[in-house]
Amino acid sequence: MPKTRVGVFVCHCGNNIGGVVRVPEVVEYARTLPNVACVEDNLYTCSEEGLSSIREQIAEHGLNRVVVASCTPRTHEPLFREACEQAGLNKYLFEFVNIREHCSWVHMHDPAMATQKAKELVRMGVAKARFLEPQEEFESSVFPAALVIGGGVAGMTAALGLANQGIQVHLVERDQELGGLIREVRTLFPAGQATEEVLQPLAEQVRNHRQITVHLGSEVEDVGGFIGDFDVAVKADGQVNNLKVGAVIVATGAEELKPTGLYRYSELGNVVTQLEFEERFKRGADVPRDVVIINCVGARIPERTYCGRFCCTTAIKNAIWIKEREPEASVFVLHRDVMAYGVQIEESYRRAMELGVRFLRYDPENPPQILGDGRAEAVRVQHQLMGKEIVLPAELVVLTTPLVARDDNPRLSKMLKVPLGGEGFFLEAHLKLRPIEFSTDGVYVCGSARYPANIPESVSQAYASAAKASIPIREGVVRAEAITALCDERTCSACGNCVEVCPFGAVELQEGRFGRTAQVNPAQCKGCGCCVAACPSGAMQQSGFNDRQLLSMIGALAEEMTGGVGE
Amino acid sequence: MSNRSVVVVGGGIAGIQASIDLANMGFRVYLVEQTPSIGGRMAQLDKTFPTNDCSMCILAPKMIECAGHENVELLTYSELAEVRGTEDDFKVTVRRKPRYVDLTRCTGCGDCTEKCPRRVPDEFNVGLGKRKAIYLPFPQAVPRKVTIDEEACLYLTKGRCRVCEEVCQAGAIDFEQQEEILELEVGALLLATGFDPFDPASLEEYGYGKIENVITGLEYERLICASGPTGGHLERPSDGKVPGAVAFIQCVGSRDVNYKPYCSSVCCMHATKEAILANEHYPDLKSFIFYTDMRAVGKQFQEYIIRARDEYDVSYVRSRPGKITVDEETSNPIVWYDETVYSEAGDPVRRVTSLEVDLVVLCQALVPHTDHQEMAQKLGLELDESGFIAIEDRLFHPVDTSVAGVFACGFCQGPQDIPDSVIQASAAAARVAEILSLEDRELEHA
Repeated sequence: MPKTRVGVFVCHCGNNIGGVVRVPEVVEYARTLPNVACVEDNLYTCSEEGLSSIREQIAEHGLNRVVVASCTPRTHEPLFREACEQAGLNKYLFEFVNIREHCSWVHMHDPAMATQKAKELVRMGVAKARFLEPQEEFESSVFPAALVIGGGVAGMTAALGLANQGIQVHLVERDQELGGLIREVRTLFPAGQATEEVLQPLAEQVRNHRQITVHLGSEVEDVGGFIGDFDVAVKADGQVNNLKVGAVIVATGAEELKPTGLYRYSELGNVVTQLEFEERFKRGADVPRDVVIINCVGARIPERTYCGRFCCTTAIKNAIWIKEREPEASVFVLHRDVMAYGVQIEESYRRAMELGVRFLRYDPENPPQILGDGRAEAVRVQHQLMGKEIVLPAELVVLTTPLVARDDNPRLSKMLKVPLGGEGFFLEAHLKLRPIEFSTDGVYVCGSARYPANIPESVSQAYASAAKASIPIREGVVRAEAITALCDERTCSACGNCVEVCPFGAVELQEGRFGRTAQVNPAQCKGCGCCVAACPSGAMQQSGFNDRQLLSMIGALAEEMTGGVGE
Repeated sequence: MSNRSVVVVGGGIAGIQASIDLANMGFRVYLVEQTPSIGGRMAQLDKTFPTNDCSMCILAPKMIECAGHENVELLTYSELAEVRGTEDDFKVTVRRKPRYVDLTRCTGCGDCTEKCPRRVPDEFNVGLGKRKAIYLPFPQAVPRKVTIDEEACLYLTKGRCRVCEEVCQAGAIDFEQQEEILELEVGALLLATGFDPFDPASLEEYGYGKIENVITGLEYERLICASGPTGGHLERPSDGKVPGAVAFIQCVGSRDVNYKPYCSSVCCMHATKEAILANEHYPDLKSFIFYTDMRAVGKQFQEYIIRARDEYDVSYVRSRPGKITVDEETSNPIVWYDETVYSEAGDPVRRVTSLEVDLVVLCQALVPHTDHQEMAQKLGLELDESGFIAIEDRLFHPVDTSVAGVFACGFCQGPQDIPDSVIQASAAAARVAEILSLEDRELEHA
């Protein structure tokens, strides 16, 4: 084994560090540390001058570990690692010490203590560096095909988005027909286009695309594997078809809430949901004359707190539809807030009012009452501005209900190892910046499977998921994190804690050389360390952060306090 | 083989996300940003709803990823000058303004900024603080390189000073730097130019610009932000006092046919977040949100509103105030609005009432970027009645503009929040990949 030779580079970062931390003192101190072969200070270690100095010192002093004490690894670690690599040193033999954020910035009013802390951090960094090991990044190939689950608007668009990039797609739809929920909607917001006019050409395009294989009347039975290499079992008519894909898009949609028990729905024949309204009247039944639409039915209530997002739009669309056909009709929309966000919906809201649709706010504490025997005849509601009850005649009552998550979601969630949120919709990796990805690589979500979304939103999400899914497929390979967990099979007791806590589904109990033990799939492991912390027997170790490395840091910190000397 | 390069205009979160996705798909991306740093409006936000994530903490890694990507060329402090050609074959001229700093030498150490004697209003802090004539727009700026504001620099305007040149140990100052013209050949353009806040001074009844303690939502955001001009201490303009009661007024210029008829989509949640943050900073602070409809339509948004009401003492008042006056003695703004009360007999009475607070925050409308019309002209793009980039088939091609090969995502094509902008950005990247892959696909099957 060659002798461990550590090079330490301390950065002034202009005045950022040097203005507080006494860098020359830190340099002199670093020279006294065990295994340190050379120490240098740079005005800017990140400048070309600083980087070439790292490369030169590696060659000149035969350094086999490099420590840079400067700013933050978040921005600068890749740069310094690259410099090591260019000099022929494995980049995982590099250790970062942050003396800017951790010293000069937070202790700017106490230079002495900031300097002291910088020394201690450097001592810890050097101690750890001595035990660093070279790491290799695991690379695996990606099967050039994708699976899209669900043949509604989102699923069809996602499939086309991929297929038009030349990527082979398997589109699995449970029904015998493509189209999904939108088939039950007769006209589309905002222009009132007939759904069939736009749905049919879209479905046609999907069916005729040579890169798309449509599996109708089919369900995904099982999914195994990981990004780049998923094994999928698709079942149709009792037959199981095995597919191999590199990425999976979930586009299974949602369904309209049937509000049993609310507003005498299912007791009275003329109390219907929005979809039932579309079905009945847009098919040709006489346009009703006195209509009361009640919004937020089964939504924004303690049992179901979320807002259905586009239900108000549906109510506006259907109210306009009635008024355009029957200008004399009395149409009331009873609401809690009109969610007419953006340009187009607000415009339609205004148009509905211009057409004579009346919007009245109701108090959820004192909700509207349906009056009538055998059928709804009127709706009684407390008028918020007038402060008194009014009775509205109703030939028809339409209940606007939100979309709810499909019953099948838990099964799919388990199969794909992706989470569901409290309301049963699929839970994305990050609400703000990773809205259509999961923490599990290679699996994406779009449309109302994620949260109620109207057509433009579903289509955008579908294209977005196609973009994400196409990246590993276009690349052909995925490179996994090198800092991963590893299981020492001899010490593993197969308790399964690690399997449970892993957010990425990367750990499984499998039969191996030492019996049933935990196995980490390096292609899926992100190196978060959860399993390492959860392991009661110390069998799980994280490369780059193993017990020996971390204990050496703690030992180095304790040295001064106990007066003892480290290894 | 089709042209595999793309120009992305606008370095906010939408432009950043689109650039990262395109670059990961193997396209060469030129990201053109008008200001010295990417980051856009999201960089100015303190926290983001509904998770209260620190905005910069989740944005900065994306900025770094984007700038560091081997397929992305960052063209900051640059503008689109001219666009010719058609889909798959655009010739784009980009004007790179002189920043009088050699980007290859500047290390962003800040020595020059410290010594520069000239102070001007800081646009990143919406004019609430001062910056120097040579400046880094904000601490996490990418690229972390300074820029000399030629309109403020003493040497460039009056011919004397050059202190920055003296103190720069990296030798990065270059007063000879000239405007640069770049000619790019690309297959597609992607627009992500975002929004500007509407100036609420035209709504005279609210007294913005006249009543000191009436500020805008974006100003408030900088005041409550730890990296803002007050270090996150909420100090009202008149006397620096921490307000005890704050009124947020929604739909200022939005949903108003006299100004902007549309709903700006994000302000209900934005105000709720600001009220939550205020209460987190000062548990005794009481917020009132005057709203028209509480449009909380996204995932976890209703739950956020409930939390604001139940845990952060936020009162939602459904009313559109008609006027704001001021108590001359205390400088407290007084909000006038109407409400329904009940007489002893239980009869409703509509009456005008008032609420005295320490600070009023106007949640103003958000409008397409000021330079947006000029850009649309250069590209031959259609705009909608509100000035957003027109989308012809909103239903099935929600990111396609009226010009083939030109796509639009984020706020420039309609009001939307960050997740929707990020989604559209990725969607636009997919559309670019579709059209620029067509030729290859045909070849594959020939």
